[in-house]
Amino acid sequence: MLTAPEPPGHAAPVETGGALTPATTPAPAGLLLEVRGLCVDYGAGPGAVHAVDQVDLVINRGEALGIAGESGSGKSTLAHAITRLLRPPAEVTRGQVLYHQRGPGTGGPVDVLTLSKSQLRRYRWEQVAVVFQSAMNALNPVIDVRSQLTDALRTHRPSMSRSARRARAAELLDMVGVSGDRLRSFPHELSGGMRQRVMIAMALALGPDLVVMDEPTTALDVVTQRQILEKIEELRAEFGFAYVFITHDLSLLIDTADTIAIMYAGRVVEVAPAKRLYIRPAHPYSRGLLGSFPALTGPRRELTGIPGSPPDLRALPVGCPFAPRCGQAMDICRTSYPPSTSLAPTGEERHLVSCWLSAQSAGSPPSHNVNYRRAEGNR
Amino acid sequence: MAFLARRLGFYLITAWVAITVNFFIPRLMPGNPVDLVFDRVRHAISPAALHAFTIAFGIDNKQSLISQYFGYLDQILHGNLGISITFFPTPVSSVIRGGLPWTLFLVGVSTVLSFLFGTLLGMVAAVRRGTWVDALLPVTSFLSAMPYFWMGLLVLTVFAVNLGWFPLSGGYSPTVTPSFTWGFISSALDHAILPAATIVVSSIAGWLLGMRNVMMGTLGEDYVLLAEAKGLPQRRVTFTYAARNAILPNMAAFALSLGFIVSGALLTEVVFSYPGIGYLLFEAVENEDYPLMQGIFLMITLLVLLANLLADVMYAALDPRTREVA
Repeated sequence: MLTAPEPPGHAAPVETGGALTPATTPAPAGLLLEVRGLCVDYGAGPGAVHAVDQVDLVINRGEALGIAGESGSGKSTLAHAITRLLRPPAEVTRGQVLYHQRGPGTGGPVDVLTLSKSQLRRYRWEQVAVVFQSAMNALNPVIDVRSQLTDALRTHRPSMSRSARRARAAELLDMVGVSGDRLRSFPHELSGGMRQRVMIAMALALGPDLVVMDEPTTALDVVTQRQILEKIEELRAEFGFAYVFITHDLSLLIDTADTIAIMYAGRVVEVAPAKRLYIRPAHPYSRGLLGSFPALTGPRRELTGIPGSPPDLRALPVGCPFAPRCGQAMDICRTSYPPSTSLAPTGEERHLVSCWLSAQSAGSPPSHNVNYRRAEGNR
Repeated sequence: MAFLARRLGFYLITAWVAITVNFFIPRLMPGNPVDLVFDRVRHAISPAALHAFTIAFGIDNKQSLISQYFGYLDQILHGNLGISITFFPTPVSSVIRGGLPWTLFLVGVSTVLSFLFGTLLGMVAAVRRGTWVDALLPVTSFLSAMPYFWMGLLVLTVFAVNLGWFPLSGGYSPTVTPSFTWGFISSALDHAILPAATIVVSSIAGWLLGMRNVMMGTLGEDYVLLAEAKGLPQRRVTFTYAARNAILPNMAAFALSLGFIVSGALLTEVVFSYPGIGYLLFEAVENEDYPLMQGIFLMITLLVLLANLLADVMYAALDPRTREVA
């Protein structure tokens, strides 16, 4: 397990500026969402697959958190768990997702996983919006763009008039750089990039605190990818929302994200500020990911890649799941899962890594958690 | 509009082909209706009258095929389909006109009901899978797999003969005359309940299964997940997002099935001796009544084409993706 998250207020420079809805004030710095010991299983019993395993994460207000990992590393499952969109057979088996409401006197954080149906409906979109990977499939093909933009407004802002909703829809499209005459278009009449822009406009309709983006640019060409990323950053600067950006392409995160979390086999193996991770990755897997794409600037270097193939989640090895592919694996790596080690000097930055190399060089005693594998024994 | 005009043109040409085929098929068969009538009236007919029939049936061998064909087209355009042999000497068009309302009423209403109930139950079955609703699938499939005439006879035996709740046959009681009176309408309804119920019960599985399977697919789509993530009311997620997309194939099938309303209930009408088109067709076949058969087939063909046109228009209205100019 990663060590307890450090207190808020230091991770990301919070962008201030115009808020999305006139009444809101610029987002104050501070904790927004805390994921604690989250486990998600597909199926139950001995055949269950632990898609997300003991994940701890912290998202601060206005922060851009990037989550990178291979296919099947649990990134999307994690995103769905945060937004409570998991469907059977996926199920949260333990852990908490704490949402910290804005302003004083709101009664402390709420656990998203225990919200009632009506509470959940209010939490959704109002607080946390999502953008899915494939905008082709994420837009309803038989109703026009405007109705899809306005139906969230109609649900969450019942007092808003029809004309106000329509004006807002036009404003939202304009915000993401899509011309207003596209309001009456159907999704199939838009290009891939436009569809993804519409998705982003939709996500920002209610001025959420957090936008969870699950591979939002994966289906797009690199030029469009870059445009969308710039648009997201621009909008974040303007409205101050935090976002989680999930991708298998670590190179996308280096420039845009504040913090990067690397996932492997359902676990977060390393969390660090983006620049720090780029310069000093601690986990061999992170180094492998960084070595598998060329740097845009700086000296030429040889691309290395990662040997082997992603692990089979149904049959994970005992110990560190990355050990079979790791060039620096030691005996202990094959017997017990490494504890989380903090590599950040002082409270200034958070840099956590779950690797025996770091654990041993940092001299942290492998006390708690050794030999711990949730899959074993306790079912 | 251009879309509609193009489809309309296509169907007009198809209709012309159907009418032409309808003209040639009987002429390629051995024998002719005049001989049939001749046999029927036991040869007690004068040669002059026989010749009159020959002309009436439009099979005057002295005319060339081409001029027969144009004569036939002319007759069709004037709604003249010849003279029925079974109901001699009533014209085919009035025989059909007598049967059509019964069939449209019985099969039309039960097709619409079956579609509505089946689709609705299919939606429920998809949303609430894993509950008791799943039991609907084997039950309705069993009912639709049962041979229809057997089910019809079974229902007749139990509810009409043994229990005596419903009349045994016919479209209305012989004691009332067809008119817009309560006595006639209630009698007609009473006679329609059993056949309509058997049609609904035996055909509902198709709508139910179709809707359920497609809806299970759309429920898994990202846009439904996104609608949920938007915190939209369950009603809107289920109807506007999931069902609205899932209903498209069922809707097309429904529009097409409207074309078969007229012909589809042959067995029903025979089992329940219901005075509709199916029953007429059955009698026409039994009596080798070619003009009547031809008239009914022609009408069925045209109605199927009309239903196809309707399906096209409906699909374009429901699915914006099909509106593109291909």
